[in-house]
Formats: sequence, structure tokens, C-alpha cells
Amino acid sequence: MAVAANTLLHVEHLTMRFGGLVAVDDLSFDVNEGEITALIGPNGAGKTTVFNCITGFYHPSEGRLGLRHGDAAVWETLEALTASGARYRSQHGGTLFLLERMPDYLITHRARVARTFQNIRLFPGMTVLENLLVAQHNPLMRASGYTLLGIFGLSSYGAAERAAIEKARAWLDRVGLLDRADDPAGDLPYGAQRRLEIARAMCTDPVLLCLDEPAAGLNPRESAELNELLLSIRADLGTSVLLIEHDMSVVMEISDHVIVLDYGVKIADGPPQAVRNDAKVIAAYLGVADEEEVAEVEAEVG
Amino acid sequence: MSAVGRESEHPHAPRGPARPVLPAPARSRLASAVRDSAVTAALAFGLFLPLIGFETVTNIRNEVTLQTRWPLLFAITAAMGFGRMFYTLTLEPAIRRRALRAAGAPSAWRARAGRLFVPSAIAFIILYPAVVLLLTGASGALKWIDNFGIQILIYVMLGWGLNIVVGLAGLLDLGYVAFYAVGAYSYALLAKTFGLAFWILLPLAGILASFWGILLGFPVLRLRGDYLAIVTLAFGEIIRIVIVNWVDLTNGYAGIGGIPRPTFFGIPFSADDDGFAAVFGLEFSPLHRTIFLYYIILALALLTAYVTVRLRRLPVGRAWEALREDEIACRSLGINTTNTKLTAFAMGAMFAGFAGSFFAARQGFISPESFTFIESATILSIVVLGGMGSQIGVAIAAVVMIGGTEIMRELDFLKDVFGQTFDPTQYRMLLFGFAMVVIMVVRPRGLISTREPSVFLHERKTISAELVKEGRG
Repeated sequence: MAVAANTLLHVEHLTMRFGGLVAVDDLSFDVNEGEITALIGPNGAGKTTVFNCITGFYHPSEGRLGLRHGDAAVWETLEALTASGARYRSQHGGTLFLLERMPDYLITHRARVARTFQNIRLFPGMTVLENLLVAQHNPLMRASGYTLLGIFGLSSYGAAERAAIEKARAWLDRVGLLDRADDPAGDLPYGAQRRLEIARAMCTDPVLLCLDEPAAGLNPRESAELNELLLSIRADLGTSVLLIEHDMSVVMEISDHVIVLDYGVKIADGPPQAVRNDAKVIAAYLGVADEEEVAEVEAEVG
Repeated sequence: MSAVGRESEHPHAPRGPARPVLPAPARSRLASAVRDSAVTAALAFGLFLPLIGFETVTNIRNEVTLQTRWPLLFAITAAMGFGRMFYTLTLEPAIRRRALRAAGAPSAWRARAGRLFVPSAIAFIILYPAVVLLLTGASGALKWIDNFGIQILIYVMLGWGLNIVVGLAGLLDLGYVAFYAVGAYSYALLAKTFGLAFWILLPLAGILASFWGILLGFPVLRLRGDYLAIVTLAFGEIIRIVIVNWVDLTNGYAGIGGIPRPTFFGIPFSADDDGFAAVFGLEFSPLHRTIFLYYIILALALLTAYVTVRLRRLPVGRAWEALREDEIACRSLGINTTNTKLTAFAMGAMFAGFAGSFFAARQGFISPESFTFIESATILSIVVLGGMGSQIGVAIAAVVMIGGTEIMRELDFLKDVFGQTFDPTQYRMLLFGFAMVVIMVVRPRGLISTREPSVFLHERKTISAELVKEGRG
């Protein structure tokens, strides 16, 4: 089974069971490199569970989650890597990761998948700038000689920290929070906290950015700004984005590819226009049993 | 009618700290104060009736008889009632006004005083032995340098060490004294068995203590909050009980005596010809060693402070604070929370190990009595009272709590007031508890509850305590 060349994340037969409840059932999909992929579905469809599996917060009951860095030829080693029992392997000018085998922090650190949360998880008592520096923990840790050298001021840590601050400054400029850099993150208004969380995730240099309802609680103007931010991230850095979203103005406007989940099963997968007109999707969103009823409900609503 | 209407909404409204002071009429405030004090007096009466109202006395025929102490009971009840009235009428409005003022920006004068405080405090501590010598002479100085100076500095150091674990990383550790004990017994046993010098054993004791810190860290990594506190408490007791029972090694309850004292870089503090006094042409005095020990513990404490300040600006220190704020977010940013927690435990334990080996060298005798749970509780209350994460606050709290208990021994004039049988040290814990209640009412997050950011882009802004999380393991 060949994996398409521009596939970044290849999810196969992902199943997550909590006791008797099957939250995600045999789900397979691909996230393409340099695209914005939206994962949508009614409440309780299992979207966040999929996210938690991809980012290592849950270990899937079954399934394989392959992620590629570098050359697409590395996909050919997928079966060999799976058989070897290793977490990741570099070959053919690329590296292939099996995310289901990795703990959460290594997925961000090595496989470079960053995420945000549905209920914002900033460090409220630390400043905006400190939030972005914590996100650069691993490179700074190396620069400080794993603390041992940094504590005596022996290493080039100073230069590394200045570079990290510069990077944070660039991101703050981009999300329009530069003048609030020294304020505690918990003091920011809600929309700014959302933007800061995205900037913080981007400071980990991800190849794949997973956003869990980034537009939740935003007003239409803020949603439009979010669209611009995500499009600029894709355009300037080539970072692929996977997002869960209920706000259809965001989903339909910016995504290249939409996957629809209902009760843990994929019911549609394709470009936004095709998904929008898919009868199964409409049925799931309207909460009716089958496609015939959709016409009736639509007629009633007008 | 209008007064009654306003009164009913005034005293029962929630008493938030930032609630504006309403210009309530004096009559209604007095009425609510009277009602409050009546309730307090009734509660006090109910509580103290069995405790103070009755007393069992064995009479001359060896019979137990029940006696009443009505005057004392009524005096205490009245005192509680009037105390409460005093609080509602004067202190409470003052606290509320202060809370309102604190919401505004701190004045420039306070900012300048804050900047000058640390250098002047360090200068005072360095000059302290000389000041004491001038004021009290050689005979009185020993007590002031040893009981106050060294004793307080040991607790300052322990407080700063625990501050890393509790204040920065937000891991509630109730068994901190275990690492203090490991440091003390490491020094005592290795010095007595192998005759190694203090300066070699000091780092070794720190390493051994941090090794035990990591050993404790592993099983408690998954625990949070109350569960973490209970397991660390148990760990502290296990270490003590092992020390008590492993008589072959530790000599059990009898303790270890004759521990070699630190030398002045090889020159012992003795009255011999090659002792410190003879070598430097001084008259022998036990004060020399005490002053030397004072500067050792001062250097160790300052080292702790310096390392903590540096660590806060390094990625590991920021990761500790981030861990306290939100562990899940830390994991999503690629931070290995296991290692981060273990380094916090190891670092805190290391400083306790240093302090422990110093303690053993200073005392010359150690026994399990010195490492009971109450020590852990004292150190933790220093950290909590000082304000978690604040080094200055912790130092002030250590001075107040340890210096306060020591000064109780000095209050002999109270015997003239309360009679010769009065022993002020007996009331130590009572005053201790009272001071804590007062601080927790006035400053619920400790003396210095604000957080200083570790880095800034434009200007350093202090972060208010409401935003800083306390960490729950």
C-alpha cells in the first residue's frame, strides 16, 4: 500500500476505546504537507480524541500514525520501521516517526508536532515573553549545557537566549502582542490568549501544527484575523496545519481539505466544497437519521 | 427604616479583598460589630466551657474532684468578645482600605526601598558578628552568633532549598527533613569512619542527599497534590525510622557523638600550640570557631540563593515554574516533565544535604530527634509564610519564625509580670500558631506573594499573586 508523496501524516485504522466506549473507530486519513486540514464533526464525534492520539496524550488502542520529515521516499520504509519496533528511523534523506510509540513530550521535541488546547492552557503567572521562552525549552536546554554549564555562565547560553528572545519577539509582532510582552499571560483578553497559544506552539518549530478549536469564543473580526494568521503561517513557513473547528467561516475559507467525523467514524473526506454539499455530513450536523430526512428538514427551515 | 435596610445588606455581603468600602452609617457598623462579638463570645463560651470551665484536681486524700473556674472562663469569653469587636470596628476596615490601596501602582519610594533592601540586608548579615561583638562583648556574643545567627541561617538555607521544590516547581514536599538527615548522617558517618575533611564531605553529602531526592522522586512522579504530600511525609518518616532502628550503623536513639569539627583549612580550632589561636597569635576563644561556622553557613546560604537566582533564568528554572503553572501545557511543548520534576527534587535535596552536613559539623552530635516531622513542618511554614517562590520573603519568614522562637528564651522579664513559674518558651507554639493565623488573614499568599519575571523585553513588571498558580504536584 503506497503512501502518496506529499503526505505528511498518515493515519491508519486508528481506534481508541475507553472501556466499552469506542470513541474513534477504525479511522484512516492523510494530512498533506503544506496544507490546512480541518477535522470537523458534531460534538462528541471524537475529534479531540484523535488529536490526543496524534500528540501522544493518549495511546491509541489500535492503529498506526506515521509522520514524515524530509524526503518522501522515506515512506517506503514504513513497513520495515513498523516491524522493527523502533520509534523512528532516518533513511533516504528523511525521517519517519511512528507517533503511537512515542510519549507526548517526544512527539513535540523530536517529531515536531505542536498543539493548542480547546480550553486555553497558557502559563498564566508567567509573562507573555516567558511563555514563548518555555516553548523553546529544548534548544535552550542544549545551549545551557543541560544547566551544568549555564549555571556557571560558562557556555554560549547568553547568545542562545538572545536568539530565543528575538524569535519570541518576531512571533509577538506577528500576532500583535509585542507591546504586551512583559504582562502576565493570564491578564490578556481571551482572543489575545488564543493568539499567544498559537505563537507559543509555533515557537517549538513544528512541521505540523494541531489547533483544537482555535476560533472558539472569538468574534467575527478576531476569526478573520485568525484566518489570516493561519494562512500566513502556511505561506511563509510551509507549516502544515490540522485543526478542529466548529466555526464554518474558518473551516470553509482556509482549509484545503476537510475530514468529517461522526460517532468516531469518518463520514466524508475531501475539499471543502464537496464536503459542504455531502448529504451524510448535512445529516450528521442536523442530527437526523438518514439522507431523505435532510431534504425535509431543509424544506422546513427554508 | 433606611438604616436597617442598609445594615442588612452590609454585614452579610461577601467580604472580597477588593470590595470597596461603603460609607456605612456608624450605627449600623456598631450594630454588626456587637452582633459579631456576641456570636464570637458564645462560640468561645461553648468551646472553653469543657476546656477551661472545669478542672480535675486531686485532693489531699488522693481523690479526683471536679472544680469550676468560672471567673477565668468569663474573663476569656469577654476577651474574645471584645477582641472580635475591636477587629470588626478598627482592623477590618483598615485591611480593606489597604487592599484597595494595594490595587494601585506601588509608589516610587517603595520601589527604591525594595531595590536597596537586599544589598543592605546582605551587608548587615556580613557585619553581624562584628556588630554583636561590639555590643555584647566576647562573653555574650557566642549566644547571639550561634543561637541567632547560625541557627537562623540554617533555616534560611533550608527554606531556600525547599523553595525550589515547593515554590518554583509547585511540588508539595512534607518530608524535606529526610534530606537534611541524609546530609547530616553522611557527614557524621564518613567523617568518623574515614576521617575525611569537612570540605570534601560537604559536596559528597549534597550528592548523596540529591541521590535520595531522585530515589524519592521516582515513585511520586505520578502523584499530585495531597497524595504527593502524604507520600513525601511518609518518606521523611521512613528515613527517620531507619536511622532509629539501624543501630549498628547509626547508633539509634543514642545518636552519634564526637563528630569531627570543621578546621580552618587544616588548622583546628583548639587551644593547642598548632591550633587556630596560636597560629594567628590570638588568645584562645571558642568564639573563633563560632564566627568561622557563621561565615560558612552564610556562604552556603548565599550560594543557595545565587544558584536559585541563576536557575530561574535558565531553561530548567523556567520549566519548573511552567510545571507549577500547567503540567499538560509543558508536555505539549516538548518538556520532559519526569526529568524536570526529578531535577527539582534533586536540587532541593542537595541544599538540604549541604545544610545537614553543616549542622552535624556544628553540633558535633546528631540524633534522630533533630529530624522529626516538626522540622519539615517548620521549614514548609517558613516557605509558605514567606511567600512561595520569593527568596526575600522566605528569608524574612525564617528570621521571624526561628529568631522569634529563640527570642522567647530571652524574655525573662515576663517572669516578673506573670510570676516565677512562668516559662515563656512553653507558649512558643501558641504564639507561632497565632502569628500564622494573623499572616494568613492579612496576607493569604505569604509575605511577598508577587512574582518577578525571569526575563523582560521592555520593562520588568511584577506579576500579582492572583495570576500565579500554587501548583498541585
